[in-house]
Amino acid sequence: MERRDFMRIAGAASILPFLRYLPTEANAATGSNGVLVVVSGNNINSLDLHRKGTNRPSYQVTVNIYDRLVKFGVKTLPDGSYAYDSTKIEPEIAQSWEFSDDKKSITFKINPKAKFWDGTPVTAHDVKWSFDRAVTLGGFPTVQMKAGSMSDPKQFVAVDDITFRIDLPFPSKLTLPDLAVPIPFIINSKVAKAHASANDPWATEYLHKTPAGSGPYKILRWDPGQQFVYQRNEDYAIAQKPAIKRVIVREVPSASTRRALLERKDADLYTNVPPKDVKEFKEEGKIKVSGAPIDNCIHVLGLNVKYKPFDNKKVRQAIAYAIPYEEILSSAAYGRGKPMFGASSKTPSNIVWPQPSPYNTNIEKAKKLLEEAGFKDGFKTTLSYNLGLASWQEPTALLIQEGLKKIGIKVKLDKIPGANWRTAALVEKRLPMHLENFGGWLNYPDYYFFWAYKYGHLFNSSNYKNEKIEKLTDETLHMEIDNPKYENMIKEMIEIVYDDVPRIPLYQPYLDAAMQKNIDGYVSWFHRQLDCTTITKS
Amino acid sequence: MKNKITQILRRLFQSIPSIIGIVIISFLLTRALPGDPAVYFAGAMADKESIEQVRVSLGLDKGIVEQFFIYVQNLSHGNLGMSLNTGLPVLEELTTRLPASLELTFLGLSFALIIAIPLGILSATKPGTWIDHLTRVLVTMGVSLPTFFTGLFLIYIFYYLLGIAPSPIGRLEIMYLSPPHVTGFYTIDSLLANDMETFWASVRQLMLPAITLGIFALAPIARMTRASMLNALSSDFIRTARANGLPRSKILITYALRNSLLSILTTLGMVFSFLLGANVLVEKVFSWPGIGSFAIEALVASDYAAVQGFVLTMALLFVVVNLTIDIILTLIDPRVSIDN
Repeated sequence: MERRDFMRIAGAASILPFLRYLPTEANAATGSNGVLVVVSGNNINSLDLHRKGTNRPSYQVTVNIYDRLVKFGVKTLPDGSYAYDSTKIEPEIAQSWEFSDDKKSITFKINPKAKFWDGTPVTAHDVKWSFDRAVTLGGFPTVQMKAGSMSDPKQFVAVDDITFRIDLPFPSKLTLPDLAVPIPFIINSKVAKAHASANDPWATEYLHKTPAGSGPYKILRWDPGQQFVYQRNEDYAIAQKPAIKRVIVREVPSASTRRALLERKDADLYTNVPPKDVKEFKEEGKIKVSGAPIDNCIHVLGLNVKYKPFDNKKVRQAIAYAIPYEEILSSAAYGRGKPMFGASSKTPSNIVWPQPSPYNTNIEKAKKLLEEAGFKDGFKTTLSYNLGLASWQEPTALLIQEGLKKIGIKVKLDKIPGANWRTAALVEKRLPMHLENFGGWLNYPDYYFFWAYKYGHLFNSSNYKNEKIEKLTDETLHMEIDNPKYENMIKEMIEIVYDDVPRIPLYQPYLDAAMQKNIDGYVSWFHRQLDCTTITKS
Repeated sequence: MKNKITQILRRLFQSIPSIIGIVIISFLLTRALPGDPAVYFAGAMADKESIEQVRVSLGLDKGIVEQFFIYVQNLSHGNLGMSLNTGLPVLEELTTRLPASLELTFLGLSFALIIAIPLGILSATKPGTWIDHLTRVLVTMGVSLPTFFTGLFLIYIFYYLLGIAPSPIGRLEIMYLSPPHVTGFYTIDSLLANDMETFWASVRQLMLPAITLGIFALAPIARMTRASMLNALSSDFIRTARANGLPRSKILITYALRNSLLSILTTLGMVFSFLLGANVLVEKVFSWPGIGSFAIEALVASDYAAVQGFVLTMALLFVVVNLTIDIILTLIDPRVSIDN
């Protein structure tokens, strides 16, 4: 009897937290305009981006429920799709900002209308606490803050309640855009501090499941491994309130199931659609597809110069001439990529990045270069790729294997499981020939070079080292782009790395979302997550 | 009865060494997994310094023996550790996900039983006829089709084309709320809460994945039923029963089937365990938040605590299932004692 009573009480108690959701949740089900059903292939694992181990899909939560000081603008692409605009920085929590004369400090004025969900105003102290947290907790947030030359809590000063200052060791063009990425989000420090402890001074345990922010959406519920639900913040005052009242994100691991749900109209939107599905959706015309090339991202074939014969520039160039670029673009990317090959001149005419390399498929030239390098009969090598990205890397690897066979290079394919990939390719940098796909969040060529061409840096999986590139990258990294020297230096950098080709550019990939025809306002973002605030449903 | 209880207790004690073995092996095996969790969880742009920070915070900088003792100590407090991959305690993950998998497996198994036992009996009574051959073809097809294929095929027919099945997005459709947690089985919990609508909704969601699993499990059960029925039907006591002119149904059900149940039940225990494993792909196709998809993701990410927790749970489950089967066997057949 006792046990039964206990069960009954436990049952009644466990229903309590759901009671307040019940009526509204039922309304949501009627499929009215205010509800958006999103299907996603990934699981989120935290509501706090600063926490260790928070995975990439979880960034979406931060984007939608927290505010930053500033944000990027949005532009319309020629085909009518929307994409973020890396050149336009707009106010979010900060109403205005100004640089000091020596450009070594930025002072932000906080919008007095900015309120946290609990109704308290957002103050400079909250901003300072949040930024201190980002540079102290370590891991990815700290690295990303460093990109904007922010690494020490002493750099962040709360002058008064609404004035916040960042002091920089030197002027840098990267600081302001780095404040618009998902990392420096602003937390309600009073709530967080109330749940902090001596072991956990930054309240990581609390904020992991219970966000405390000021953004346009709140988290209504999170059922790990199944779904999470956004509810609009009705008191959002610093910008226009989102059109959609509630967004339900269901986690559906199988891509075929996601597609079926969309086609049966049981889902409204589906992000990160594989290029093959995009192609078929476009042909059938029943589902709308919206997407843009991912800024500062190229799919490349890396040649590790630490291994013979890739230390020979002629060998690398020969390979660059033997790759079947067109076939890769049409059968691995299903046409959803911007060509990054076949430039008419070896000298770049502009500093657009990424830009096509001067290589194209030319077997004769490749054979000649290989002969000059002393490998007339070719050689044997291994091409590694990441099983986690098999959808584009597998067909690409096969096509490269076939192309290189024509010039006598025998390639063995080596599949590496996703968990081992980072260790093998990026940390130990021990793969002679491999496919790689770095994309930089801050859209400057020098920023890409910093990560992918500087010796020892994480995405330089080719172990490439060129003194000139080291010097030019360091000089341009923080330089303003209107500096008269900037353009020529970038052109020189591009020319050098395209001549040396430690990384052979293949194409610039697209990020696509598929949606019902009554959905509009999808914006393609550099962080590759869904920003729900701009979506409308008619 | 008291004798039985001591027997059961003794049996439980016997499983302790194997559980200790499992704790050690699962710990060592996860450490032997290729891949470095510190690198994986340090995130996309992490540099060497932050990878080291993550390694220290995960306790992976300590020696393997020290790590093992910390693990055992935590285990003795019922603490299975945190799953980095899902950001939740492993114990919490297992307690919410295991019922989802079990509910699906039980239903799949019941479906398989309802189909396979009559099929087995039918082909045993008419061996060598076209019915026998047809059964053989059917069950062979069931076991040779990969479960994800059967699953996708069923989704395509019943959801995509006909539109009679609900959308394959997990245990409940978007419009329903999960019933208050008592057992974790949605069908039982919704009945306890007297919520018939949620009950039917969860049953509808269960149908396709359970049938997918059931089709996969048909073969061993049907084949074992057929074999043991054939064996029983050719025994002396059946001949005697026939000679005495007992009704056919009585001969088949009371005498033959009851005597065949022994081997069918033993098979059932095995089938149950491998169905829990076969769940993985079905869970993926039907977005089922079960234990299989959890384990696979944990493996991919070298999420040590989660993998260890999963292996341990499965081992315990295996022990419990085998014990239950043994107990049932003693109840059915007095010749069997739990000791042998």
